Amino acid sequence: MLHRRNPQLNANGELIHLLSIEGLPQAVLTQILDTASTFLSVNDREVKKVPLLRGKSVFNLFFENSTRTRTTFEIAAKRLSADVINLDIAKSSASKGESLLDTIANLSAMHADMFVVRHSESGAPHLIAQHCAPHVHVVNAGDGRHAHPTQGLLDMYTIRHFKRDFTQLSVAVVGDIVHSRVARSDIHGLSILGVPDIRAVGPKTLVPSDLREMGVRVCHDMAEGIRGADVIIMLRLQNERMSGALLPSASEFYKSYGLTPHKLALASPDAIVMHPGPINRGVEIDSTVADGRQSVILPQVTFGIAVRMAVMSTIAGNAA
Amino acid sequence: MRTMIRNGRVIDPASGRDQMADLVIAGDRIVAIGDKAADFEAERVIDARGLVVAPGLVDLAARLREPGQEHEGMLESELQAAAAGGVTSLVCLPDTDPVLDEPGLVEMLKFRARKLSRCRVFPLGALTRRLEGQVLTEMIELTEAGCVGFSQVDVPVTNTLVLMRALQYAATHGYTVWLRPQDAWLGQGVAAGGAVATRLGLTSVPVAAETIAMHTLFELVRITGVRLHLCRLSSAAGVALLRQAKAEGLAVSADVSVNSLHLTDVDIGYFNADMRLTPPLRQGADRDALRAALADGTIDALVSDHNPVAEDMKNLPFAEAEPGASGLELLLALALRWGADQGLPLTRTLARVTCDPVRVLGDALGSLASSAGRLVEGGVADICLFDPDVDWSVTPEQLCSQGKHTPFAFASTGMALRGRVRTTLVAGTIAFDQR
Repeated sequence: MLHRRNPQLNANGELIHLLSIEGLPQAVLTQILDTASTFLSVNDREVKKVPLLRGKSVFNLFFENSTRTRTTFEIAAKRLSADVINLDIAKSSASKGESLLDTIANLSAMHADMFVVRHSESGAPHLIAQHCAPHVHVVNAGDGRHAHPTQGLLDMYTIRHFKRDFTQLSVAVVGDIVHSRVARSDIHGLSILGVPDIRAVGPKTLVPSDLREMGVRVCHDMAEGIRGADVIIMLRLQNERMSGALLPSASEFYKSYGLTPHKLALASPDAIVMHPGPINRGVEIDSTVADGRQSVILPQVTFGIAVRMAVMSTIAGNAA
Repeated sequence: MRTMIRNGRVIDPASGRDQMADLVIAGDRIVAIGDKAADFEAERVIDARGLVVAPGLVDLAARLREPGQEHEGMLESELQAAAAGGVTSLVCLPDTDPVLDEPGLVEMLKFRARKLSRCRVFPLGALTRRLEGQVLTEMIELTEAGCVGFSQVDVPVTNTLVLMRALQYAATHGYTVWLRPQDAWLGQGVAAGGAVATRLGLTSVPVAAETIAMHTLFELVRITGVRLHLCRLSSAAGVALLRQAKAEGLAVSADVSVNSLHLTDVDIGYFNADMRLTPPLRQGADRDALRAALADGTIDALVSDHNPVAEDMKNLPFAEAEPGASGLELLLALALRWGADQGLPLTRTLARVTCDPVRVLGDALGSLASSAGRLVEGGVADICLFDPDVDWSVTPEQLCSQGKHTPFAFASTGMALRGRVRTTLVAGTIAFDQR
């Protein structure tokens, strides 16, 4: 079979879309994290704007609702001086039967420069990137179970901020991994950046054994999974998965995999606790841990703006 | 009309014949093969120098999309595709709209196909009404209308009591039941279970979806004595179960699609919807087991699994895209490629797309059973002439099929195919000619 170039990169190996962290060179990741740290200071200034995307139109295309993620992209784009158009497609064209590519063709005709796409189907941003005009950039803001690369990058930023060096770390990703695009993006990011010990922790219904082929140690026992870990990434458990064939109940999940102070004590004493939000207190994480001194959940949100600014300005500066 | 095909390499897989010979056709029959043809007065002479003269191919799985799905394919276009692929007999599937569960629909389809005289069409009837898995169809009447067997296509019968009774009823009348082994619940996914599906975040179909269904079906074959044809095997574990069942002496046969024979889930790449297929593409070890099983005859037939899909049904995110690919025109070249990879002689390669599928159809073919898929004196003149040495690459636009989607397009595989059909005769009449 033909070897295909990673569709996110141009012929010079520069990032033109951000669709997934998978397959990106380490240098590209590091450069985004470095750029993000320069933007962090912008967020502290009185006038929180830089003119990098002035005159550019960024369309937030949310085929699946997410006010939080959309807002962070909106803030990031506005701080880069872009014009931001929010389209809640879940409520408009898609419900009128318009196809995804027709929607994209229409918006392209309105001279969009960048699409930020959230979609319930894995691979939808790839399809859009493949079919949109060459000057248009696509940022994946979460597609199905596949990828959430900006969340992955902001998690990498957070880890680097608190732990400096990736090459000595043990990182545990805990919870509903099979349905989690965040987990996949984190795992790719961690392995590209050289983390030697990545653990996926949860019951067999939520942690498939195939993950081993992504370079992950699969642990079905919580104590084993977080013992000695330097970073613990808790995943959100969706309401609809709390009881059914995957899990009997939220409380039983909490009992076995919920992060309590008692379990956290098994991790490294200076371990940090992360969560992509929104958190379910008392389901995957205990309130005293979520609000405790080891929690970096709120810094993650702050870093998220800077990382998204870095991603948008990076890809906008590279031509197809 | 008397036709002479001269100077070709005549291959009849059933008898093992592989020799330079002339072949003489009178009306719809082959009347002579060999040098005794020399003094024959022909009205038409086809020069087959450099070509293989083989039986027309017999494809056990091709969707024609009629009735009801004409936006995806029509009889005219799909039977033209069959002729261009050297396919002279095909089995079409009952998952049309409406479903082929009424004799009138089957008669109409047979009638329309006969009028086009491009390819013989043998429909499978639905095993249950509307394929709903509840009520048996009128199998006797459907057989009289032209059905060669009964199938559920991609809709498993979940109620095992209904399934057992359907098999008992079919067994009573000696009908073959064609089922794709797939558990209804475990089968609900869009990619094969494994590292690729996990990495891409696609819902997955574990191998157990196939093997559990096979265990159930084999047990029901033992109980009911029905003759069972397993459609589109996809896994190494499934192959192993089939091998055991055949060793046990169960009346089972099986086919594999050109897709599963040549591709794996890795070919999905970056969500290439042309690789969205049913059953889903599995891993390299599965593909290798399928190839070996087809070579040693454990799997009886290679099928195109032709399913034309409209452009707008493929230009969707992977999971939403309609499964299927056009394959009739590629069946020969993909069979040849497999045969060459396995180091098989042409007679054995061609057997899997000619006489072996005819054996699967058996008595359901009626008087054709003794000569379809073969080159025999006195037999029907369904013939495929192909150039075994020409290299070509597949471009979607060149396909006769209304569906332009194939996972074997040169643009996505970079793979050239060797061997191309030049002339197809059905019942002694030229259905396709591109010499």
